Amino acid sequence: MSTATDRDDTATRGDSRPILEMHGIVKEFPGVRALDGVDLDVRPGEVHCLLGQNGAGKSTLIKVLSASYQPDEGTIRWDGEEVSLPTPVSAMKLGISTIYQELDLVPGLTVAENVFLGHELSRGGISQTATANSRTRALLERLGHPEISATRLVETLSPASQQIVSMARALSHETKLLVLDEPSAVLDGEEVENLFHVMEGLTAEGVAIVYISHRLEEIRRIGDRITVLKDGATVATGLPVSETPTSELIRLMTGRSIEYVFPDRTGRVDTSTDPVLKVEGLALGGTFSGVDLEVHAGEIVGLAGLVGAGRSEIVETVYGARRATAGTVTVDGKKLRRGSVSAAVAAGMGLCPEERKSQGLLLGEPISNNVTISSMGRFARWGFLRRGDEKSEAERLTEQLDVRPRGVTRPVGKLSGGNQQKVVLARWLLRGCRVLLLDEPTRGVDVGARSEIYALIRSLADEGVAVVVVSSEVEEVLGLADRVLVVREGRVVHESAATELDESRVLDLVMEGKVA
Amino acid sequence: MSSPGVTESQDAEQPARAAGPEQPHESTRRTGGGDLSTRALSLLQTGVGRNAGLVVALLLLCVVGAFTAGDRFASTDNALTILRLAATIGVVSIGMTFVITGGGIDLSVGAILALSSVWCTTLATQVIAEDTHWIVMAGVALLVGIGCGLVNGVLISYGRVVPFIATLAMLASARGLAEIISLRRTQIVTVPGFRDFFTARLLGVEVQVWLFALVAVIGWVVLNRTTFGRRTIAVGGNPEAARLAGINVRRHTVLLYVLVGVCCAIAALMLVARTTTGSSTHGTLYELDAIAAVVIGGTLLSGGRGTIVGTVFGVLIFTTLTNVFTLNNRSISEQSLLKGAIIVVAVLLQQRLANRKSSE
Repeated sequence: MSTATDRDDTATRGDSRPILEMHGIVKEFPGVRALDGVDLDVRPGEVHCLLGQNGAGKSTLIKVLSASYQPDEGTIRWDGEEVSLPTPVSAMKLGISTIYQELDLVPGLTVAENVFLGHELSRGGISQTATANSRTRALLERLGHPEISATRLVETLSPASQQIVSMARALSHETKLLVLDEPSAVLDGEEVENLFHVMEGLTAEGVAIVYISHRLEEIRRIGDRITVLKDGATVATGLPVSETPTSELIRLMTGRSIEYVFPDRTGRVDTSTDPVLKVEGLALGGTFSGVDLEVHAGEIVGLAGLVGAGRSEIVETVYGARRATAGTVTVDGKKLRRGSVSAAVAAGMGLCPEERKSQGLLLGEPISNNVTISSMGRFARWGFLRRGDEKSEAERLTEQLDVRPRGVTRPVGKLSGGNQQKVVLARWLLRGCRVLLLDEPTRGVDVGARSEIYALIRSLADEGVAVVVVSSEVEEVLGLADRVLVVREGRVVHESAATELDESRVLDLVMEGKVA
Repeated sequence: MSSPGVTESQDAEQPARAAGPEQPHESTRRTGGGDLSTRALSLLQTGVGRNAGLVVALLLLCVVGAFTAGDRFASTDNALTILRLAATIGVVSIGMTFVITGGGIDLSVGAILALSSVWCTTLATQVIAEDTHWIVMAGVALLVGIGCGLVNGVLISYGRVVPFIATLAMLASARGLAEIISLRRTQIVTVPGFRDFFTARLLGVEVQVWLFALVAVIGWVVLNRTTFGRRTIAVGGNPEAARLAGINVRRHTVLLYVLVGVCCAIAALMLVARTTTGSSTHGTLYELDAIAAVVIGGTLLSGGRGTIVGTVFGVLIFTTLTNVFTLNNRSISEQSLLKGAIIVVAVLLQQRLANRKSSE
């Protein structure tokens, strides 16, 4: 069946009753309101696209939908009836299947074993391998991929084929709603086209699909209606794909619902002197290559781009946490040894990592120890820590940064996101950095604390620190940085002063040039 | 230790850990009460008081011992016997506490101990020692311990072999080498002075017991008061965060295994002195006893939190248990059964506490 007729079908079905209605969904995490009143309705047989910037709440929403998270407020109606979804199994029983970005297959099992994982076919405890295999073959055929053998080990398959297996698994249950979270991220052009054929086949059978993608061209190609999320709330829902111009979508995605206060640029960056941080031709395997970067004392350079574009990898490689395959990193004219964090720290570099909890902090340890961990030598004589000095320095810094609640003996894990970030910043403040790399400095940080963190970053720069900020939030990069580099698919595609760019231009640069 | 301390100390364990005995104000302010009582409470929360549960267990065990075995248990001589037996496994357990706190495990401690004991009692070593000084034997044992620890550490850190496997391999190889060197024969110590040193009495207590106390005190200071200890906790608690904070995680891991090796060597010397023999069968299953003592002491097997005081109590509890059983002529099998039960109960209690804390 052709795409055109599908489109017509769904158009005529336009008034059909939604299979899923979510209304006023609220989900709070400590310190953040990830979802703040989201509405979504999905009709049978349509491809409903979910659009929004990173951090807009798309992932949280689908986790609520698949019952991985419990919403704090709001109602979910399924086929007209209000339902509660206490466990992922309950969502699955209704017919909701979710395929996450990170495929959750077991590499050491066969295709058929993966498809029936959790609901294995067995009689008297003995696996009915033959039945499972033949039913898997039927499913793969239905998905248009009969060439995938049911008895192959999943680890030997390409990412695209693995995705098909994931879909087969979803369809091995009675699936009425399929959620696809950025399925095209791991696929090349032809594979994406195959995926679309599969999706068309499913919608023709009446299956509803919620499709998440950053690629506007894909949405144009496959989508029926669009819901746009921004800052955890629905800003537009049920927009027909064919009638909504791209500029309108970008406006909806970026349209400011919360005003952040960015500190004034002092504008006294002296670019005539040698840069503090100089990166030349830096590359890391197939992740990114040819990255040049210069940051002067007092300057804030922002790296904008999508998740997976290679921004985090770039700063981690600059920091030596990943071993570069080519290129050099120089701090104050001194070339750093590749792949050595110790060398980078010794040269005056500091990193506030993206995953604060797993990469940045010792959650069970007190605040003071987390602040002093990178400057322990200062408090030690022959290896013995002078804990009084250590504590008073930690107290001085946390008070300066207004970490709340007070008291440096508290375990850092009990602080809110914003205060945890301040602890990481205090660590490098204490150390006295020349170069500070900040990866998503305001992720999971509430609105109030954001402004404080922005001001803090600017004041560090004013003291002569060279700062690199990675952020998925375009307005953050534009508001905070002096100079912006746009990263797409492992390459720097644009570089200019922040004042010469606006949000839609950056989004354009970030998303354009994708093969649909 | 008074029993009211039990619940109080458990509730406030985390802040108390951070504060230490000198600066307890911040952590105790929440618990309220007068200044004097909070100060007393904070003292209980740290060190011995934090391990009140273990103290109670040990006291109970002593009461049982005194009732069932009477004066044979409750005598100075018997107390010294318990301490002497506890010393060897105790020194090993102190080292094990460090490795486990640092996120690793060492299954090869018993084998390293055996190899050290054999190598320091070979004919060649003893001949040289007789000509010079018994300290040569100690030097050989320490070198063996350091060498084995270095191999373990380098394999784990730089070879990226899982600690369980790397030290399992060392367990097999070191004991094998010990058997080859000794030809599976028990080697008698002939060097005068060696045994005399370790079994000499100082203030009525044998030197080897003092040595255990010394190792424990040094272990406590290093874990709680030095950069090395702080790094150990960081590396065990969150290796990635430690690495990104600029700590050389690999080098530190190697040092941790070397440290255990040294502890094994010291334990080997103590055991050689006590038995006047070096043997490839020394230290059999010490790895299990040491891990058990560390775990019931309250050190997290997943790393990031360790307690030397807890380990010392863990060792004392197991040794006293053995002693009470032996005095009552109960079989080793019964001991093992009860040991297993104690480990399970201790760990279940720990998990309860951990869950309660995280759900707060």
